[in-house]
Amino acid sequence: MISRVVRRRVASHVMTGLTVVAAILALLPLFAIFADLILRGASSLNWDFFVKNPAAAGDTGGGVANAIVGTLIIVGVGSAIGLPVGIGAGVYLAEYGGGRFGTVVRFLADVLTGTPSVIVGIFVWMFVVRPMGHFSALAGAVALAILMIPMVSRTTEEMVRLVPHSLREAALALGFPRWRASAYVVVRAAWPGIVTGALVAVARIAGETAPLLFTALGNMNFRTNVMQPMQTLSLQIYVFATGPFEEWHRLAWGAALVLMGIVLIFGLGARFVTRTRFRDG
Amino acid sequence: MAEPTVRLRTERLSALYGSQAAVKGVTLAFPVHTVTAVIGPSGCGKSTFLRCLNRLHELSSGGLVRGSVFLDDRDIYATDANPVAIRRRVGMVFQQPNPFPTMSIYKNVAAGLSVNGRLTRTETDAAVERALRSAALWDEVKDRLQASPLGLSGGQQQRLCIARTIAPAPDVLLLDEPTSALDPIATQSIEELVQELKREFTVVIVTHNMQQAARVSDFTAFFYLGELVEHDVTTKVFTAPAEARTEAYVTGRFG
Repeated sequence: MISRVVRRRVASHVMTGLTVVAAILALLPLFAIFADLILRGASSLNWDFFVKNPAAAGDTGGGVANAIVGTLIIVGVGSAIGLPVGIGAGVYLAEYGGGRFGTVVRFLADVLTGTPSVIVGIFVWMFVVRPMGHFSALAGAVALAILMIPMVSRTTEEMVRLVPHSLREAALALGFPRWRASAYVVVRAAWPGIVTGALVAVARIAGETAPLLFTALGNMNFRTNVMQPMQTLSLQIYVFATGPFEEWHRLAWGAALVLMGIVLIFGLGARFVTRTRFRDG
Repeated sequence: MAEPTVRLRTERLSALYGSQAAVKGVTLAFPVHTVTAVIGPSGCGKSTFLRCLNRLHELSSGGLVRGSVFLDDRDIYATDANPVAIRRRVGMVFQQPNPFPTMSIYKNVAAGLSVNGRLTRTETDAAVERALRSAALWDEVKDRLQASPLGLSGGQQQRLCIARTIAPAPDVLLLDEPTSALDPIATQSIEELVQELKREFTVVIVTHNMQQAARVSDFTAFFYLGELVEHDVTTKVFTAPAEARTEAYVTGRFG
């Protein structure tokens, strides 16, 4: 008969081992994706890839400059719409959202977070693309903004709630009006966390494809006018990867690597922001 | 001895959380340039009472106030009274040091000044230095005014909070157990500071430390179960209390 101590020790080791295995399994896809993208995509990355537009179907060469610029424009415009609304809503929910209205808004934001992004795309097609009469980068940006608002509002609300109540009271006791206590003390204290949440949301929408299919549509040409259809890396990958040409597949791998790189930069930026401590002069 | 001027007084003041009364019909006066200690066992309503004096209690969930508080004979609970303006005249220091972590030491002290309207750079500098000197912190921080307050010790942080509170020159200073999170040496420096501060302000200090009440205060109010049991000159409360419950508490028989 094994003693209880031994049995407990074995059980403890087994359980620890299982969680380690689970942690490795969780990380494995990430490393596999990265390794795969670098192996297949890195060889496509050259100067032309970043500065040229796609070559005519069947031709070799060309790049995805249109998609890189399009991604930056659509994600930029989407963030310009979505971040202020999301952060504002989050601050409202944390600071004033105690009542029934706050509960309703919070519930609806959760529902919106769970809404498949393709449905958001259809919604924007109905209410932006159809009235305008054509596809546009602006419609794509609106779709991305709608997707990021609930994400940003939720993280903002959580970050603002983490600020100790004593700071708010200190500000109020000093004779700060309530809005000023919120803006200058509470939100400022929560700001690194809010920015992290915002960057994570930007990274999330940068990779969205489905809501752009019937809003931004895609474009093989270089465009900077947001009222016209525009290409993004995600749309480019979709078109190239499903296309018949070997050259397109090669570009798709390269584009995937670049997109992953952009997402990674935002992720690292988020880490960096949370690490920056007080430096007020 | 002439009757000193009363800066702040309460009249049948009750404070509730929902339907639960935490303070029950307290009538109490605070003369200028005196320190009044509010003592009593945990949960006796002394902190809640203090938070009624700057209209902070009403911001707690379910917080309700009945009765009146007169600041220079104006009821701060009158319908036309502005709580924000009142809080600028009745400053408060809390139990845990709570400097604003995103602001420098300098900006912490200046925080309440800017709220009162624009000051020039020179005026702000002078006010910050004066407040830090009054809080006996100037010599320790004068070379690091732009640094984070989080690098200060607990006692220094609490004195910074005192400086921040007195910088806008309030009339009344409310101290809510200001030393309960501090070590004995930091506690001593705050107690000495309280003696200095009463020359400029009317001070009300809540404390669960009876020796502290005896050391720093001119008057002592003993609270029990939300009621004011006894209020008198401090030496009398501690040496010859009128009430049996006061005597039991100050001699350490309960609490």
